[in-house]
Amino acid sequence: MSLTAPAPLAARVASLRRARSRGRCRIAALIGGLLAVGITLTLSVGHSVTPPLDVVRALTGGDVPGAGFSVRELRLPRAVLATLAGMSFGLGGVVFQTLLRNPLASPDIIGISSGASAAAVVAIVLLGWTGAAVSVAAVLAGLAVALLIYLLAWRDRVSGARLILIGIGISAMLESIIAWVLSRAPAWTLQEALRWLTGSVNGATVDQALPVLLSLGLFGGLLLGLRREIGAMRLSDDTAAALGVPLLRDKALVILAAVGLIAVATAVTGPIAFVAFLSGPVAARVTGPGRAPLGTAALIGALLVLIGDFVGQHLLPARYPVGVVTGAIGAPYLLYLIVRANRQGGHA
Amino acid sequence: MSGALAPGSPQAGLRGVRHARMAWLFVVICALAAACLLSVGIGTRSVGWAEIAGGLRGHTDTLGHSVVAVRVPRTVMAVLAGAALGLAGAVMQGVTRNPLADPGILGVNAGAAMAVVLGMAWFGMARLEAFLWTAILGAGLAACFVYAVGSLGRGGATPLKLALAGAATSIAASSLTVAVMLPRNDIAGGVRSWQVGGVGGATYDAILPCLPFLAAGLMLCLASARSLNLLALGDEAAAGLGARVDRARAGAALGAVLLCGATTAICGPIGFVGLVVPHLCRLLVGVDHRWLLPFSALTGAILLLCADVLGRVVARPSEMDVGIVTAFVGAPVFIWIVRQRRVRDL
Repeated sequence: MSLTAPAPLAARVASLRRARSRGRCRIAALIGGLLAVGITLTLSVGHSVTPPLDVVRALTGGDVPGAGFSVRELRLPRAVLATLAGMSFGLGGVVFQTLLRNPLASPDIIGISSGASAAAVVAIVLLGWTGAAVSVAAVLAGLAVALLIYLLAWRDRVSGARLILIGIGISAMLESIIAWVLSRAPAWTLQEALRWLTGSVNGATVDQALPVLLSLGLFGGLLLGLRREIGAMRLSDDTAAALGVPLLRDKALVILAAVGLIAVATAVTGPIAFVAFLSGPVAARVTGPGRAPLGTAALIGALLVLIGDFVGQHLLPARYPVGVVTGAIGAPYLLYLIVRANRQGGHA
Repeated sequence: MSGALAPGSPQAGLRGVRHARMAWLFVVICALAAACLLSVGIGTRSVGWAEIAGGLRGHTDTLGHSVVAVRVPRTVMAVLAGAALGLAGAVMQGVTRNPLADPGILGVNAGAAMAVVLGMAWFGMARLEAFLWTAILGAGLAACFVYAVGSLGRGGATPLKLALAGAATSIAASSLTVAVMLPRNDIAGGVRSWQVGGVGGATYDAILPCLPFLAAGLMLCLASARSLNLLALGDEAAAGLGARVDRARAGAALGAVLLCGATTAICGPIGFVGLVVPHLCRLLVGVDHRWLLPFSALTGAILLLCADVLGRVVARPSEMDVGIVTAFVGAPVFIWIVRQRRVRDL
């Protein structure tokens, strides 16, 4: 390669770049297509199966006997909430993984999801709050936990290993708060209780999806706007500073947005296990090396929640909340990641 | 130790250490007795000395007597569970040469809980003996699995890898537990009791069957104290000094698994006792396992008793499960230990 003249090299790089961006478009289209399939499945399969044409007619306001209600009132909110929550988890997760340069540093492992979840449980069960107040409490608690972990992990500088371990410790404490609050809740709320242990989109309503949509628009837009800066932060703090990224301000903004995404989605659906953790690595695997795959990770997250929910509802002998399914997928992947990191001799 | 320069002083130094240890032993035993008394005397309903004395003698005439009669087996259970978990934690830290080893962090308790739930749901288990065997089996499998995953590849079982493998195993186990329980209304009420451990509602009928397992585990663990001292030097040095490394490690680990499994079968998963207690005891009596192990058992019993009493006091008129209190005590200690270490050692 080094023997070729500079001009052909530049041309080759340019053509490689073009090929890669073409490939990326193709992959995005593929994932988008899968997402459409997932949404269609959620909309058309339920207690009874509605053909796609009837689904379209029901959605456009047509009168479809026997299916109009379930498509519009039951399945549509579910599909919307699953998609939005999945995108929030995927995007928030990949931002954390990129920022901390470690696939294991996803918000559901280092305790940020547990913080949001604990605040939501306390607000709902003990204080009797509903709606936006719960979301605000979850966001504030998520931020507080993120700050706490960061400060506790600080010794000269923040190391990934210490941050993850401290996150595991904090999250064990928060999980026990959740368990305690749930044990004080009335016994008939078991279904509700399990949502806070595993996460689920059961009983979704349009009202619930609204705060998730708002946070996705606000924080997600902010993150996509800052994608260049996030890419630079991935290299290292020094490199990012050298590339002219105003580090502290942008980092604070990015963390705020990612925590906001995770916390609002958690306040509505509960901590859907491992979606935030899985989306980033899967997205990186399908898009290949290069930029941080923010958009792809969001799509993968949505796909995971939709598929997981479909599997949990229809393909297993009993009906399970989506978190049980994603937990069953995610845990082996986490173990695989640990084993692979070990084999490479790198730091897990 | 201060007079290490004078001739003959090592002997004197050793004697000084032994005196200090005996003094600490006395203090710890007194503290255990005091904690037992607290556990019998303090609770949602306050009782007087006369009622405590009567209840301890087995009277159940008044409400106060009955309350004391209920609290006594609970106290016994807390002592046994605390001692078992503290000892198991010390042994696990010795076997893995790892400051963060703990039956809760390493997913051993979650494995035991999952095994019991699976047994209840799929094989219709209802007898306590069956719970015990299943829990011990689950604890053993989880321990082997986590250790195998955590020690694969270069670098061996570092604290970070073990903790992550334990966390992943815990999440997988609890996910499976929920999945198995959810469709089964007949056992679903117990979901919460397998998420957080507690010693409330203990009876002698529940305690008796687990005694042989606890005794066997205790024997195995205490018998391995000397070989744990050798293992602390590193595998090669231990082998050079005549220890059978693999056998010593397996024996000690089996003892710890017996203790964790039996405790989890009765109380549910209780975390962090096994993490905190050995670190505390190392401050008191040093790193010699022959002293560390018995001290860990005694201190574990004290910690669990105090946590149980605290759980009864803070949430009056209801109670807080002891597993929640230990998490609140233990997580800060965990973080403190992590902060103490250099990054390279993690």
